[in-house]
Amino acid sequence: MNLEITARLQHGAFTLDVNNTFPLQGVTALFGRSGCGKTTLLRIIAGLEHPRGARVCYGDQTWQGGGDFVPLAKRRIGLVFQEHSLLPHRNVRGNLEYGYKRTPPNLRRLHLPEVCELLGISPLLDRRIDQLSGGERQRVALGRALLCSPQLLLLDEPLAALDTQTKREIMPFLVRLSREAHVPILLVTHVPDEVERLADRVAFMHDGRVQRIEELHDALTRPDSPLFDEEGPVSVLEGTLSAPDAEGLCRFESGNVALHVLDPGGTRDSRLQRLRIRGRDVILALKDPEAISVVNRLPVTVEAVHSGASGESLVISRLSNGQALLALITTSSLRRLGLTEGSPCIALIKSLALHQPGRGEEGR
Amino acid sequence: MIELSPSDWVAIRLTLKLGLYTTGILLAIGTPLAWWLASGRSPLRTAVQSIVALPLVLPPTVLGFYLLLLLGPRGWIGGSLEAIGLTHLAFTFTGILIASVIYSMPFAVQPLFQAFTALGRRHVEVAASLGAGPIDRFFTVILPLTRGGFIIAATLSFAHTLGEFGAILMIGGSIPGRTKVLSVLIYDHAEAMNYTAAHQLSLLLLAFAFLVLFIVYAVNRRFDTVRP
Repeated sequence: MNLEITARLQHGAFTLDVNNTFPLQGVTALFGRSGCGKTTLLRIIAGLEHPRGARVCYGDQTWQGGGDFVPLAKRRIGLVFQEHSLLPHRNVRGNLEYGYKRTPPNLRRLHLPEVCELLGISPLLDRRIDQLSGGERQRVALGRALLCSPQLLLLDEPLAALDTQTKREIMPFLVRLSREAHVPILLVTHVPDEVERLADRVAFMHDGRVQRIEELHDALTRPDSPLFDEEGPVSVLEGTLSAPDAEGLCRFESGNVALHVLDPGGTRDSRLQRLRIRGRDVILALKDPEAISVVNRLPVTVEAVHSGASGESLVISRLSNGQALLALITTSSLRRLGLTEGSPCIALIKSLALHQPGRGEEGR
Repeated sequence: MIELSPSDWVAIRLTLKLGLYTTGILLAIGTPLAWWLASGRSPLRTAVQSIVALPLVLPPTVLGFYLLLLLGPRGWIGGSLEAIGLTHLAFTFTGILIASVIYSMPFAVQPLFQAFTALGRRHVEVAASLGAGPIDRFFTVILPLTRGGFIIAATLSFAHTLGEFGAILMIGGSIPGRTKVLSVLIYDHAEAMNYTAAHQLSLLLLAFAFLVLFIVYAVNRRFDTVRP
């Protein structure tokens, strides 16, 4: 399903100028700094802003354009804001049912029991809104949006108002939702971590324009990726996570590659998981140093080398399963090892550096 | 202790009728107007807001005077009505009703405007995304969340109409059963040196005014503490 938008909007000194087609299978992240126009674009998609001359088409439905305008109430979009969007005069059940009751029965695909199960909100059903924690509120807001069986889910920085602990608590639910609800999701965020954990595709926004839309894996193998601005280069591996062994290590398997990580705790999900590996946590060696505490020692082949001006070099390599692994090392070490395109070497990654959940969310 | 004459009762009934009609009309007009003022983007909003607030600063006689000119037999509206075979509106109940509506407008619009501003647009937008149309949103989201504003707007409009004097006297005069409301009757009693009758009615209005203000402030406090 594609979403086509053409819109120009002037708000004082800020201009939004968008003319893009978004493929919307799975999760598409709309990524950019605060004030770059992400939320405005989201509001245009929702029909909450309707600049003159704009055109918004979702699949074969024209939501805006050529004199037609479909109001939000008829677009069947699920909308989740940063915070405080639950109706305070209704309890949790009343909020969840608000949209469900207004969805024509023949269009209802999701129902209360399965949504409560998915988001773990069954025990909250009879609570008042002011008796919920921030994380519980966001889960209820997500559930309420899902219960409209929307054809598109718009999430406007749904984690931004939550503390680190609560973000960790909610992230697994978002991951599950993105995989199991079978609704295309457009996620507005300025946090690379959220993109890397959730998105299949990312649209980079800057200064009111969408600069490019690319698959996450492509965005993560580009040395100048805006996702690397804060934390440096990151690789994302997809694989399955096993139960912890007697020493508390879990096996993360991705094709013929296996890593060991500490038990992330929480609800374990045998389905596909993502493992984030920061480039600065990866060590490269020419020979496998067996007498070393590092558990994860993986053979890789160097694919590209990018030396920056700051004395750091980004080494993009391929694991034996074909997934990319990025290592950030000093240019001095790069020279010393003589690494070039095609060089085989061993990547060393401490299990502790991979500790899930939510490394890199600290201090935000 | 209080003995009301039949003419007092006529005035009381007329006053209550005027108050109820005015309140009803003001809620019907004031709600969309206040919503537009609170959430619209039109550059005209400031001008409209100022016009609505005019009765707060103008002497009621000025308002009544212009209405008399406008609604009277030679006025723009009154004259047009005469021309199509109807009667002009000076010295009629409709005339004082129009005066009351304009005169009490700020007391309905202001509390609603504040309630809608405090509500913000988030909940309304969420309700729209959940499939609720405009009328559905009004009754299931806006009204329950701004109840306090509506109670205050209604009580203040009603009470302020009871306290109206100058504008009514100008446009309506003092016709028993038609335009002679309590405040005018009290004036007539006092003019006629009938202080006992004037006193009874004044006391009645005083008690009522206190009660209304008490309700308004109690509601205000309750909604301040309940709403986070």
